Order: sequence, then structure tokens, then C-alpha cells
Amino acid sequence: MKYMLLLASDPTAGPTYDSDEFAAEMKEWFAYSNALVEAGAMVSGEPLQGPDTATTVQVRDGERIVTDGPFIESKEVLGGFYVIDVPDLDAAIDWAAKIPNSYYGTIEVRPVMDLPAG
Amino acid sequence: MIDRSGVAEVFATEWPRLVATLVRDLGDIGLAEDAAQDAFMAAAQHWAADGLPDRPGAWLLTTARRKAIDQIRRSERFDERLPQLLMIADAADRASHTVPDLVDEQLALLLGCCHPALAPDAQVALTLRIVAGLSTAQIARAFFVSEATMTRRLTRSKTKIRAANIPFSRSDVETLRERLPAVCAVIYSIFTEGHASAGAPTLLRGDLCDEAVWLAELLRTLVPHDPEVAGLYALIVLIDARRATRVDVDGVPVLLADQDRSRWNREKIALGLAALAAAHAERNAGPYQFQAAIAAIHATAPSFEQTDWSAVVRLYDVMLARRPSAVLALNRAVAIGERDGPEAGLAALDAIECSGELDRYPYFHSACAELLARLDRHDESLTAFRRALAVCTNDAERLHLERRAATVSAR
Repeated sequence: MKYMLLLASDPTAGPTYDSDEFAAEMKEWFAYSNALVEAGAMVSGEPLQGPDTATTVQVRDGERIVTDGPFIESKEVLGGFYVIDVPDLDAAIDWAAKIPNSYYGTIEVRPVMDLPAG
Repeated sequence: MIDRSGVAEVFATEWPRLVATLVRDLGDIGLAEDAAQDAFMAAAQHWAADGLPDRPGAWLLTTARRKAIDQIRRSERFDERLPQLLMIADAADRASHTVPDLVDEQLALLLGCCHPALAPDAQVALTLRIVAGLSTAQIARAFFVSEATMTRRLTRSKTKIRAANIPFSRSDVETLRERLPAVCAVIYSIFTEGHASAGAPTLLRGDLCDEAVWLAELLRTLVPHDPEVAGLYALIVLIDARRATRVDVDGVPVLLADQDRSRWNREKIALGLAALAAAHAERNAGPYQFQAAIAAIHATAPSFEQTDWSAVVRLYDVMLARRPSAVLALNRAVAIGERDGPEAGLAALDAIECSGELDRYPYFHSACAELLARLDRHDESLTAFRRALAVCTNDAERLHLERRAATVSAR
């Protein structure tokens, strides 16, 4: 069963860019992604650029409305995602709890909708 | 269920076993629940005519599997249901269930209902429906919500269980360690809801108390050596032993000091004390054991005046040192009022009042009111009673407060 792990965190929390702690966390991210691959659970995963690079698109009454900024304004911003394939929610929660920034960020676990083929 | 068939007695033990086995066989909680219900309805019919079968559990399981197969066949998307049919066929081929299997399956069912991915009110409703086998209408009545609301709550949680694939198959040590506190909290909240319900017209609702006692017994059977599980059981039966005396003929609460102790249930007190002793022997104290120890002091005191209040205060001190809580501090202040007199009790209450945390808690104001009344500070006592009434949501409790206030103002 596929789950999406949505990674949100406060950009001011966590280690500062270019610090030793930051380098250490980067190592943890690589190790974590490798562990997912080795466990056969990795479907895909990408980090995202910051919310100041986000553009929001809506179509209302046939009109395209394009605005600057993310769709949810909050202290915590979406920073990346993983899609994993594991047996059940408990296994997904176990992987979510191992995410390197889980001690200051928030991970939302969502089952991926399984659309019938054809 | 009108019972001429012995179904009711069988229901209490066989329902959770049947559902647990079916969940394992079918991998779907809704289907398992429906099949179990159909099997019990068939049992009510057949057993009334033919008498109780030799092995009611096996009869129910065979019938339920057949009902599940019928239901799967009727389903519109047969292709998706095929794997389930194969699962049933596999399960039926397997050797009959051993006792350890049944323990694991029932425990997995209870742990699944109390999964942290489900909201607390959903955990409570699911436990009552799936484990205790109450009907949706019964649960709705117990919580004073409409049947439609309770149906929605249950449907929403079952949808999430299915969509997010919340497992109902885990009963390993790690899952148990992680989730046992939630299971205890669910059972205790069912008991307190039955015992002193906010939003209910009367104070005692026997049904939920009975269900909580039954669930606590079941949990103790499934997890025999956990001291907090034994502590929870002890706490529940020790408080439940006072059930007959906690309210008067009008359903209005009677203070502990005024309860007729000769009518307390000695058998339940003995069960509670034995469970508490067993818990203590495991040498790992926790909040339920402390609360049960306090309940035991009350249960064994010859009278309110002869209660060992020093021991009660000491137990609250230990609990507060482990985890501070305004409600515990309130109970401690009341015990101090009994040990050292009303002045000391009020001083302890004042210390809590500063935090303002208990402003919406009627027992805080009524405790102040009772202590002030004992000091003949009647006007202040009445003001405190009025504050309690302003935040009280239980009709029976309200009547009690009005009566107490009337007694004070008549002095």
C-alpha cells in the first residue's frame, strides 16, 4: 500500500545553513533515503524549494487566477515529500518517525488513493 | 435481544472472540462486524428452536463465515472481493483456533480500536461497538447523541481504517507497550462517562459502568501481568462497589461522607483489593494503581471520619510529584481539609485558584463552598455554590448543588 509522507517544518527551526549541524542533517537525509531504497519501500521523494518560490494556480469560471505564494499560509511550510510502499499504516508511521527532521518538523501521512485500472 | 435461547450469556464471551477471528480471516473490520451480527441473529433464531449447540463458538464462526461469503457474493465489485473469499477458504482449512491465538486476536482487536490514528471519541465508540458488541443505537444513547451522529462517527472511523490500512493484527510486545496506555484510557473514560457523566440528565448510567468493568476484566485476562492493567481494574471495581449508594432515590449524588457504607458491594471491594495487591506485587507503580490505592482506603474505611486522610494526602503527593495536575491538586486539597481542618483545606485550594485552570470545573467551586460552609462563612459559601452551578452541565449534579446551597442559606 502506498503512502505519501508530507514533510512540513518551520524554516527558522533546525540547524542553520552551512553549519556543521546542517551538514550532519544532510548526511542523515541521504542515509534515510538509502534505507527506504534498501527496504524496497521507496517509490519517490523530492525536497522542495522554499515557499517564497511557490506560485498558486486556480481556475474559476474559466479564468486562470495565478498568485504568488503557497496555498496554505502557516508557520510550517511544505519542504518535501516521500511516496513509500509499505504493508500498513503502522509501517508508514514507523518510517515517518525516522525522518531526520521529525524532531522539529511535522509529517503528515496520507494513503495514496488506489484508482481502479482502465 | 429477547432471549429464550441462551444467546445473551454466550454473547459476552463469544462476541469479541468471533469478531477478532473474523477480522483476522477477512482483513476487513466492517465485514467482520456485519458477519458476526448476522451470526448472532441466526443463533437467536436457531438456538431458541433447537437448543444451545455443543460448541456455540464454533457454530457462530461457521455461520459467520457463511454469512460473510453471502455478503461478499452480493457485492457489486466481485473481482475485488475475490481475495477475501480466498482468505475465508484458507482460514476454514486451518486447524481450529488455539487459546493463545484467541488471546492474540482479541488483543489485536482492542489495540486496533485504540489506534492513535483514530480520534479519542472514535476509539471509545469503536471499542464499544467492535469489542463490546454494543449496537450503534445503544452507544448513541449512552453518549446522548443521535443515532445518525453515532453512525457517522463509526462510519468515518471505519472508512479511515480501510483507506489508511490501519492494522488490526498487531499484538506484539512493542505495540502493546506503546498502545496499552491508550486502551486503559479508553476503558477508564467509558467508566467515568457512565459514572459521572457531563451532559447527562442523571449521574449514573449502569450500562457504561458494566461495559467498562467487563472491558477491564477482558483486558486483564488478555494482559495478565501488567500492573497498570490490574490497577485500572482495581480502580474501576472499587469505585463501582459504591454504585448503589452514590445517588439517592431521585438520582441526585450523595457525598462520600453521607453514603451508607453498609450497602457498598463487599464482593467488588474484595476483587478490587486482590487486583491491587497483584498489581503491587509487580513492583512498578503507575497512576491507576495510585488512584486505586486511594479508592481502596475509602472502600475499607469504617466511616468517613475514620478514613486515613494522611495516607490519602501522601498518595496525592506522590502522584503530583510524578505529574502535576490541577484536578489532582484539588483532590489533595479536599483531603487536607479532612486531615487538618477546613482552614488548611481552603489555603490549599487558594494555591490552586491562582492558576485559574479549574474555573470551569464545578467540583473546584463546590469544594470551596463546602469548606467555607464548615467555617460558617455562609455568604462566601453561597457565592462559591453559584459559581459551581454556573459551570455545571449535569442535571442531577445541579440539583445536588442547589440542595446543598439551600441547606447553607437556611443556617
